Amino acid sequence: MNSEFIKRNLSTSAIWLFIAVELIFFSVAGQYLSLTDVAFMDGGNMLLLLKQSAPIGIIAVGMTIVMVNGNIDLSVGAIFAMAGIILLDSLSWSIFSGIGDWVIVVSVLLALTTGVLLGALNGLIVWKTGVDAFIVTLGSMLGYRGLVFMFNGENPTSNLNWTLVDLAEARFLGVHTATWVFGLTVLIVWLITRYTVHGRNAYAIGDNRNAAVNAGIRVGPHMLINFALIGFLAALSAVVFYAGSGSVNPNDGMLYELWVITAVVLGGTKLAGGSGSIIGTLGGVIAIQLLRTGLGYIGADTSTVNLVLGLILIVVLFIDRQLNVKGAQELKV
Amino acid sequence: MTQSTPALRLEGIVKEFPGVKALDNVSLSVMAGEVHALMGENGAGKSTLMKVLGGIYQPDAGTIYVAETPVVMSNPLDAKNKGIVFIHQELSLAEELSVAENVYLGELPRKSVGRVDWKTLYEKTDEILRRLKVSFNARTRVGDLSIANQQMVEIARALTVDAKAVIFDEPTASLTDAEKLVLFEVIDDLKSQGVGIVYISHRMEEIFKITDRVSVLRDGQYQDSVLTADTSEEAITRMMIGRNLDLSRAPVSHELGEVAIEVKDLSCGASFQNVSFKVRCGEVLGFYGLVGAGRTEIAETLFGLRQPNSGTILLDGKETVISSPAIAIREGISLVPEDRKTQGLVLGMNCRDNMTLPQIDDMKAGPFVSDGAEVALFDLYRDRLDIRTPGWRQTVGNLSGGNQQKIVIGKWLSMHPKVLIVDEPTRGIDVGSKSEIHKLIRELAASGYAVIVVSSEMPEVLHVADRIVAMYSGEIIKTFTSDDVTEDNLIQAISGIKPK
Repeated sequence: MNSEFIKRNLSTSAIWLFIAVELIFFSVAGQYLSLTDVAFMDGGNMLLLLKQSAPIGIIAVGMTIVMVNGNIDLSVGAIFAMAGIILLDSLSWSIFSGIGDWVIVVSVLLALTTGVLLGALNGLIVWKTGVDAFIVTLGSMLGYRGLVFMFNGENPTSNLNWTLVDLAEARFLGVHTATWVFGLTVLIVWLITRYTVHGRNAYAIGDNRNAAVNAGIRVGPHMLINFALIGFLAALSAVVFYAGSGSVNPNDGMLYELWVITAVVLGGTKLAGGSGSIIGTLGGVIAIQLLRTGLGYIGADTSTVNLVLGLILIVVLFIDRQLNVKGAQELKV
Repeated sequence: MTQSTPALRLEGIVKEFPGVKALDNVSLSVMAGEVHALMGENGAGKSTLMKVLGGIYQPDAGTIYVAETPVVMSNPLDAKNKGIVFIHQELSLAEELSVAENVYLGELPRKSVGRVDWKTLYEKTDEILRRLKVSFNARTRVGDLSIANQQMVEIARALTVDAKAVIFDEPTASLTDAEKLVLFEVIDDLKSQGVGIVYISHRMEEIFKITDRVSVLRDGQYQDSVLTADTSEEAITRMMIGRNLDLSRAPVSHELGEVAIEVKDLSCGASFQNVSFKVRCGEVLGFYGLVGAGRTEIAETLFGLRQPNSGTILLDGKETVISSPAIAIREGISLVPEDRKTQGLVLGMNCRDNMTLPQIDDMKAGPFVSDGAEVALFDLYRDRLDIRTPGWRQTVGNLSGGNQQKIVIGKWLSMHPKVLIVDEPTRGIDVGSKSEIHKLIRELAASGYAVIVVSSEMPEVLHVADRIVAMYSGEIIKTFTSDDVTEDNLIQAISGIKPK
């Protein structure tokens, strides 16, 4: 039992070890290869890194609870783009013209509502049809992306509201708005997974669905809530991102689902459900962003990021499997 | 202790499945403060009855009374809330969660805003665990516990509500002797609180140790209830098996050949210990025992799916290490597995492709698989085993159980084994096809194969096997020959009673 305990902690903290290795590697390698004089672990550099990881990170937090629940959501990138369009477009809707900058509050709420509705629709379909979440959200990924293109064709949707940009670029205690939102998201969802009945039931359902059903847990509503939550977070991520940039390209957010899932899996969440943690996901998100920033810092071609990340993902999962295979009695075929 | 009112009463329960009357007008009363044993052979209807009580199946007719109030239970939680608590034989736990969360699964205590009240949860769970005298606490992760301790978690669940009746389904199957004693204390404790207890077990010694009354089911029908103190092992055994069977044993009608496989002192972890036996060409050796006795594990070890800790396997007198199924097949051992649908067949594939699966590599013409060779092989075994199918294109999932089983047998015969192991040859197969499969097994032996049949059905081993190995918790109790086998002997041996 003791060795089990050690193994488990090793596998959950593996991602933090990996982050430490990255930090050391890029710091040392940077001494020789960096194009600037700024140290890799410079404070400003690190703050920027956190800010850049926020859009993926916020969604990854939602993906963690969805995957723990035994599902997956491939439509997050499309929801992200759709929420971004609603946010920017509604800023200039004539019905809101009389309320001045309060339109920002209204637009943000509209964008978030869009996310919740699209997410809840996914959840409702998974619940009521019993079709696998992978298939359902593969469909909605295409469908929601279709909505994005129907909105404005191939053209970007742009709207620069300077008050909004100021909000996005603001810093509180030296930390960017986006980072604050990311941090709060991590905290709140962590509390949900750790301390609420809904959160614990989500784990039980993902771990042993039959046991959960036998215990009288209503599986469907829990799944619906989690899909609505990830929809909300995808929209929140869009609000954070587009507040600053002011322009949505209809292709934005494509492949986000894969980056998000990569971060979650790197953070130790099982694809099969029942196991995973928000803190692990935080580690996964930071590890990926460190890799991107770090490779840029030492002057490596940015296109090598994907190759390196792909290799690392497989190595990490291989190690995880080695740690988790049970005893020698396991049937080997 | 009051014995006056029934805690749980069943009246005229009927449950039919297509083609089978699983429960036929079963009536039963379990008094408050009584431990009531429910016995019957495999397939007698015990588990169906339990599923009806647990709210998993709805009865077609009849009424269930809890404390003399009629109840209808729509699901397991509903049953629990109405006072019927179930302790499953198969563990139904979420391994990644803590003990406390599993004990209160579905009913986690709450604070405001849907927060879990962890303090109460852990306190209440630890209180229950103290009653069970276990060595782990509420915060332990269930996946880190031994199977026996996981069983204790399952038992702890029963103590969370004010139960009127608690049903134990083979609760001691995975417990050590010390843990059994604790369990019996818990049962005593429940009993003194006036809870009615239904105790399902095949183990006679336990029945006589802790139960007050014994009821017997046979072929879905209620037989009788007797006070445990007034009865004997023999009497119970007679009630369980007293049916008219075709006991005509297939005689050994042919010469036996050389010893094809001999096993000496084979042990594999906790599954089985010091198992020795030999099978000759032309002979059918039957393995009979309860679930968990180690029968299937032996079969899997011979086929290289498990590695033994010690002991030797001799094939044709030569010591052989079987480290994988590929080697087993090469050495002439084939296994028709226990669960046809998940282990034996690719249900979505057609008949021919299923049959040629293990040797598709040998059916190539150049780089491609030869259709003709495949069809020829299928036709050969279709005729030989009399497989009834519209054609080889038929999807295997659409065939009847009997024909599916023949495809699996055909698949392995086509590999030309010397030793054919058949695990549960007729599970889930209708009566007519059953005797056909039995006949087929006899014929295969007659044509020179050494056949091992693993079964949990007594009529089957009696009918098919030349000799019968009776197993109990991983050990061979006795090997019967046709001269000394009787149903009584057999049922006692698999309950762990050594013959005098």
